[in-house]
Amino acid sequence: MMRFLLLFSRQGKLRLQKWFTPMSDREKKKIIRDMTTMVLARQPRSCNFLHWKDLKIIYKRYASLYFCLAIESQENELLALEVIHRYVELLDKYFGNVFHHFPPFPFIQYTCVCELDIIFNFEKAYFILDEFLMGGEIQETSKQVVNRCIESSDMLQETMEEYMSKPAF
Amino acid sequence: MSPSVPLQEMIRAIRSARTQCEERGVIQRECAAIRAQFRQVDNGARSHNLAKLLYVHMLGYPAHFGQMECVRMIASPRYSEKRVGYLGAMMLLDEKQDASLLITNSIKNDLSHSNQYVQSLALCTLACMGSAEMCRDLAPEIDRLLRASNSYIKKKAALCAVHIVRKVQDLGELFAPAARSLLSEKNHGVLHGAVVLITELCERNPETLERFRKTVPDLVQIMKGLVISGYSPEHDVAGISDPFLQVRILRLLRILGRNNEAASDAMNDLLAQVATNTDSTKTVGNAVLYETVLTVLDIKSESGLRVLAVNILGRFLLNNDRNIRYIAMTSLQRIVGTDHNAVQRHRGTIVDCLKDQDASVKRRALELSLALVSASNIRSMMKELLLFLSSCPPELRAQAASGIFYAAERYAPSQRWHIDTILHVLTTAGGDVRDETVPNLIQLITNASELHCYTVHKLYRALLNDISQQSLVQVACWCIGEYGDLLLRGECQETEPAQVTEDDVLDALETVLQSHMSSPATRGFALTATMKLSTRILDNVDLGHRIRSIVSIYGSCIDVELQQRAVEYNALFRKYDHMSPYTSILSDKNTCLQVCDLLGLLGGSEEPLQPSPAPGLSLNTASTAGGDLLDLLGGLEPTPPAPGQIYTNTHTSHTMTVYEKDGVTLTLSCEKQSDSVLTVTLTASNSTDSDMSSFTLQAAVPKSVQLHMKAPSGDFLPARGAAKVTQMVVLNNPNKVGPQTQSYDALSYDEHQSVRGKVWSIRCKTTNYIREEENHCLISKINKAVAVFNKKLYHFPPPNLAFNSRC
Repeated sequence: MMRFLLLFSRQGKLRLQKWFTPMSDREKKKIIRDMTTMVLARQPRSCNFLHWKDLKIIYKRYASLYFCLAIESQENELLALEVIHRYVELLDKYFGNVFHHFPPFPFIQYTCVCELDIIFNFEKAYFILDEFLMGGEIQETSKQVVNRCIESSDMLQETMEEYMSKPAF
Repeated sequence: MSPSVPLQEMIRAIRSARTQCEERGVIQRECAAIRAQFRQVDNGARSHNLAKLLYVHMLGYPAHFGQMECVRMIASPRYSEKRVGYLGAMMLLDEKQDASLLITNSIKNDLSHSNQYVQSLALCTLACMGSAEMCRDLAPEIDRLLRASNSYIKKKAALCAVHIVRKVQDLGELFAPAARSLLSEKNHGVLHGAVVLITELCERNPETLERFRKTVPDLVQIMKGLVISGYSPEHDVAGISDPFLQVRILRLLRILGRNNEAASDAMNDLLAQVATNTDSTKTVGNAVLYETVLTVLDIKSESGLRVLAVNILGRFLLNNDRNIRYIAMTSLQRIVGTDHNAVQRHRGTIVDCLKDQDASVKRRALELSLALVSASNIRSMMKELLLFLSSCPPELRAQAASGIFYAAERYAPSQRWHIDTILHVLTTAGGDVRDETVPNLIQLITNASELHCYTVHKLYRALLNDISQQSLVQVACWCIGEYGDLLLRGECQETEPAQVTEDDVLDALETVLQSHMSSPATRGFALTATMKLSTRILDNVDLGHRIRSIVSIYGSCIDVELQQRAVEYNALFRKYDHMSPYTSILSDKNTCLQVCDLLGLLGGSEEPLQPSPAPGLSLNTASTAGGDLLDLLGGLEPTPPAPGQIYTNTHTSHTMTVYEKDGVTLTLSCEKQSDSVLTVTLTASNSTDSDMSSFTLQAAVPKSVQLHMKAPSGDFLPARGAAKVTQMVVLNNPNKVGPQTQSYDALSYDEHQSVRGKVWSIRCKTTNYIREEENHCLISKINKAVAVFNKKLYHFPPPNLAFNSRC
């Protein structure tokens, strides 16, 4: 089971936090502090796996963002790396068509999503995450299915809004 | 999809704030506006306001006033508001908040909503923050959704059920049948959810595990389909078809096959197929291989398969990717206990990983190397480990040092090697070793008696080099104090001899005492060592004075411990000097008196004791106490025999004046008749001007001796030595064992090496008439006295400090 997923910038500013177990605000703040300190202190070409308390921390850097995922000890670390990569791909697919900002993520081909997208559309990032992961487990293993669902949800939202903004007569 | 403009404007405003203070101002203004909006009647901008609040919350500012708004938004009929409301609920509400209970009803309604996306929102929120009560309430709904809905909802319901089972274990029974039926679905999302649910159920309940063992063939079938199927665009990742599902199925197979022969047999083929067919060039492939290896090693697989698995790990070890090497070592760590030989084959690679740049890899390599140390490779492994210790990151030092000590203790090929290794560790990482290392090392050195010379030379040199490592300095001081004479003697077979003078040694100890780097404990060691040296260095009076002056300085030290030691050592120097082998060489009358005093300390033994002339000389005399006027113990001024006079068993006769006072002179003359019989002739003479009458001699001997007093020649002592009175006394000691054990010599200077110097040599000269029982009594008394002295001298008493009587 995954315990939490954090996204933060090189300066340690939090961009997204998803907690899969209930925790008090104080605990969350402490964990964020610990993670940012630990991960930002790592050398550039070092191993992507860390040990923290009884959890394994998998982190990966994409351009200016660090993705930090905490998994329990019986989970597969290499697969966790794949989970992070899959999430980035989903974000890329979603945002890449709409906005173009610089700098893009260099390690994915044809990517156009960048940190600013996630900052300005953080609620979308959450919605995408909620279609991919749930309750600390992977929900959907197919990229296309996730994308289709997000699009449909967005359509539903727009329809509602258009409907609401239409004049009454 | 159009972005939320008001939200983006606020984000831009916050980001453009140049200082923290400015940012706080912007946020306060926005929050005030949001609060005002919340109080207003429903308008179209509610979702934007809540989104703004959530952004502010993510920056770390308080946002609890938005909780009720979340509850209201969730209940709204509009999808956009529901969406943000549920997001807010997941971010702001958790099961500890009271407001979370309020959304239970909304969730319940939404679970049966006609629109699947609304249903999915409810399911997602429940799986994220559902409390135990909520779970119990809604479990039947979830079960219904598990059975009858589309695959989109089924997969979400499965994961929701997983959350419920985690929160309320008893509800697992409710979901088991539905989970079983889900395995026949084709949709990968649903399959994945079903496998996760079954895994969770099996992990928590052994009975459920038994029931689900029957699904092993189905799982094997699904897995085979994934592995050998062709390219499927929906699920393909770098040539592997749905690696996420594959890994999950392998994990479930592991749980089902553990400790079960039948189930393990059913999966053997499949595991072999996956292990050989999976492409391992990319991380994905390696992830699947890794899970396969873990499964093979955990179930009761056949040996060929196990060998295959370990070989895969070996291949991982050689991979360029650090991550792969890291997990290879983690897995090898798990099996090093069971498949030790298989792992030993890769020892070279593992030891190379010790030199890797990455800290995580180093840590794993260290743990694995320590686990691989065995009697056959101890020397080469220790070389590598010591090399590692000198360059390892500080957080690993303590672990490395204690691992090295443990390995050295278990597999040391020789004592000298062991001591060398420990000394090496102390010089490189002395600050990171545990506290009990010092006494352990001292114990080890004490037991390796033939290496004392070598050890003390080495430690002395190390001390000269560097006095910052406290453990090393402490052990070095102890050794110098203990074996200082070996150090000064200069010759040593095992290392090159070095000319060390007494002043050099004292200089070294003084440096330790005065250095600011020395801890109080180290100073204590150095002080005790200095004091002990005064018994080792016997022929240099100036040095003795120097030692005393060093010690007395600390009599007014601020540190209470040092002060107490110094004062007590000074007391020993002053009051108990007679017991020191140092001063008893210059023996004088006082020596004897004080020896007698000592015997008073021991509680006054009845045995008559001869005053002792010089250390190390065995005395064998007959002793009788004659008359009530003559009491050798009373310290009346017996005339001591001249120093240097040696009495040996071979002397058959000998005359000694034992009493001379007020004109009465008494002499003793001994003659050995046989092995156990001694004849003593007492001769009394009177040199005064008046006669003495009724002169009688009385003798007392220990119980072991038989006394036979012959009739005296008379009882009248005429004046001016005109005539003498003689009396013959025959002493028979039938329990005499032999000449060399006749004198009981406890703690003589040359003999009991281990106790040498720890206490002023208590020299008890007893005669050959002491029997076993009296021996023990005396021994216990002496032991008590020694214990008192030991406490005063503050050092580690070696375990074998008891006296041995050698009768």
